[in-house]
Amino acid sequence: MFISMFGAVETGLLYALMALGVYLSFRVLDFPDLTVDGSFVTGAAVSAVLIVNGQSPLTATVLAVLAGFAAGCVTGLIHTKGKINPLLSGILMMIALYSINLRIMGGQSNVPLLNQSTVFSSITSFWENLHLSAPFNSVLTAIGISNTPSTWGVLFFSLLLTLIVKYITDYFLKTEVGLALRATGDNKKMIRSFSANTDGLIILGIGLSNALVAMSGALIAQQGGFADAGMGVGMIIIGLASVIIGEAIFGTKSIARTTLAVIGGAIIYRMVVSLALRVDFLETGDMKLITAIIVVAALITPKVLESRREKRRRLRKRKELANAATTKKGADQDAAT
Amino acid sequence: MLRLEQVSLTFNEGTMDEKSALQDVNINLDTGEFLTVIGSNGAGKSTLMNVISGSVIPDTGNVFIDNKAVTPMQEHKRSQMIGRVFQDPMAGTAPSMTIEENLALAWARNKKRTFKLGVNKKRKNLFQEHLETLNLGLENRLSAKVGLLSGGERQALSLLMATFTEPSILMLDEHTAALDPSRAELITNITDNIVKKFELTTLMVTHNMQQALDLGSRLIMMDKGQIILDVSGEEKQNLTIEKLLNEFQRIRGEQMANDKAVLG
Repeated sequence: MFISMFGAVETGLLYALMALGVYLSFRVLDFPDLTVDGSFVTGAAVSAVLIVNGQSPLTATVLAVLAGFAAGCVTGLIHTKGKINPLLSGILMMIALYSINLRIMGGQSNVPLLNQSTVFSSITSFWENLHLSAPFNSVLTAIGISNTPSTWGVLFFSLLLTLIVKYITDYFLKTEVGLALRATGDNKKMIRSFSANTDGLIILGIGLSNALVAMSGALIAQQGGFADAGMGVGMIIIGLASVIIGEAIFGTKSIARTTLAVIGGAIIYRMVVSLALRVDFLETGDMKLITAIIVVAALITPKVLESRREKRRRLRKRKELANAATTKKGADQDAAT
Repeated sequence: MLRLEQVSLTFNEGTMDEKSALQDVNINLDTGEFLTVIGSNGAGKSTLMNVISGSVIPDTGNVFIDNKAVTPMQEHKRSQMIGRVFQDPMAGTAPSMTIEENLALAWARNKKRTFKLGVNKKRKNLFQEHLETLNLGLENRLSAKVGLLSGGERQALSLLMATFTEPSILMLDEHTAALDPSRAELITNITDNIVKKFELTTLMVTHNMQQALDLGSRLIMMDKGQIILDVSGEEKQNLTIEKLLNEFQRIRGEQMANDKAVLG
C-alpha cells in the first residue's frame, strides 16, 4: 500500500510537468490542444532513441523538450496561419506525430531502455552516495511501515524539478510577454488593440506547453524504462483531469496557487488510479475508463456541492423570515391584549 | 496627423448583399483635432473605424498616420499608434486579470514586450497616479480582477488604458452607448479631460447627436458610406440638433430615418 502510494507521488510529480503544459494551453490560452497525445510520445521517443545511441541522458532530455516545443509551434502555426479551428489543429498534429514518432523510433513501436544510463540512474547513484535514504527509511520503520522504498532520490529530484518548472512558469506569466499571453486567452480583440501579435503569442504558448509535455514524456520514459508509440493515448484527458481536480481542491486564487493546484491534481490523480487498480475486479486495461469517470466526477462534484450550498442558504433565509414574521405576530397580539 | 485618401470599400461584391460601406472617403485631421462622427446605422461609421485601425483593409485608397502610409501594416503593428475604446465595456479590458496587470498590458503598447516583470514598484506608483485622475477610487484596488468592476468603471479604465501612453490617434467607438445616462455623462467628462490633458488627436463615433455637439472641435455626418457634412470651428459651436436634422434633409432630400440617432 505505502509503496504504491509512494510510486504514485513519484510519477505524479513527473506527470505534473505535462499537466502544467496542459494548464498553459487549456486554461491560460483557452486553447484545447490535443497535440499533447502526440508530443508526449515525441518527448519519450527522442530521449529514448538518443540514450540508446549513446547520448548523455541530459542532452537527450533537452533535445526532447526542444522537439516538443517544435511540435507545439507547428500546431500553433496550423491554427493561426492556416485559420484552422484549435481542436482540429491539435488532432491533425496528433495524428501526424504518430507517424513521426514511429520514424524517430526507427520504425519500432517500442524502444526499451533496460540497462541504459538515464537521468534517474545517475540521480539514484548520486543520492546513494549521500546516504540519505537510510534516515528516511528508519523514520518509516519507526512508524510501523516495514516495506521501505529502494530510493528517495527519484522523489526528491522530481519534486525539485517540478517546483523549479512551476516557479519559472509563475514568473513567466507575470512578465510583459506572459501578461500578453494571458490576455490573448482572455480577450484577443483587446490585446490586439494594444499592439500585441496574438498569432505569435499563441504559437509561443502552444510551443511552451508542448515543450513541458515532451519533458514529462522524456522523464516518464526514462523512469519506466521504455518509450512506446501508444504511451500518449488519452494523455490530454489525464492532463485535464489533473488541472480540473487540482483547481477544484486547491482553488485558483492566483497564478502561483493555480500552478501548485495543478501539480497537486496530477499527484492526486495518480493516487486515485493506483488505488482503483488495487480493486481486484479492475484491470490495467480499465485505466482509461477510470480516468474518464474521474474527470466527469471532478467536473460535476463542485457544481453539485455549490448548488446544495445555495439551496441550504435559501432555506435558511426563508426560515429566518418566517420566524421573524411569527415573533412579530406574537408581539402584535401581546400588544392588542 | 490622420489622413484618409479616397478610401472605398465594398462588402460582398457581386452578390445580392453587395453593400458599398465606404465611398471615396477623404478626411484630413490635424494634430489635436477632436472629430465626432455621426450617422445612422449602416452609414459606414464602424467601417471607417475598422479601416483606420486595420482590422479591415480598404479596396482602394490609403490611410496615413503621422504622414506614414499604414494601409499595408498589420493591425497589431498599427495599434502602437492608435488607442481604442470600444462600445462594449467588456471589450477593452482583460476580465480575469487585475487592474494593474491590465494597465501593464496597455503600458507596453508602444514598447517591445520583454521577459521582465510587467508590474513593478515604480510602475505601480505610476498606475496609481493615473488612476487617481479618474476619481473612482480604483487606485486603491490595483490587485482587484477587472471582471469585478462595474461597466462604468471598466469603461473609465479602458479609456485610461487607451490614452495614457499618448497614442497618435484616439478612437472612441460609441464608448458611452452601453452605459446608463449618469455613467455615460461621467465617461463623457473623463473623455473630455483626458483628451485635453494629453492633447490627443481624437475620432469619436456616436449615435448621440447631443454628445457629438458637446464634444469635439469638428463634426462630420456620414450616410451610405459617404461624408455628407463636415463642419468645424465657430460653425460647429453654433450647431444644434435641429440644424443638423434640417441639414440632413436638405442634403439628402429625405428625413433622417433613425429615431435612435436623434434620441439616443
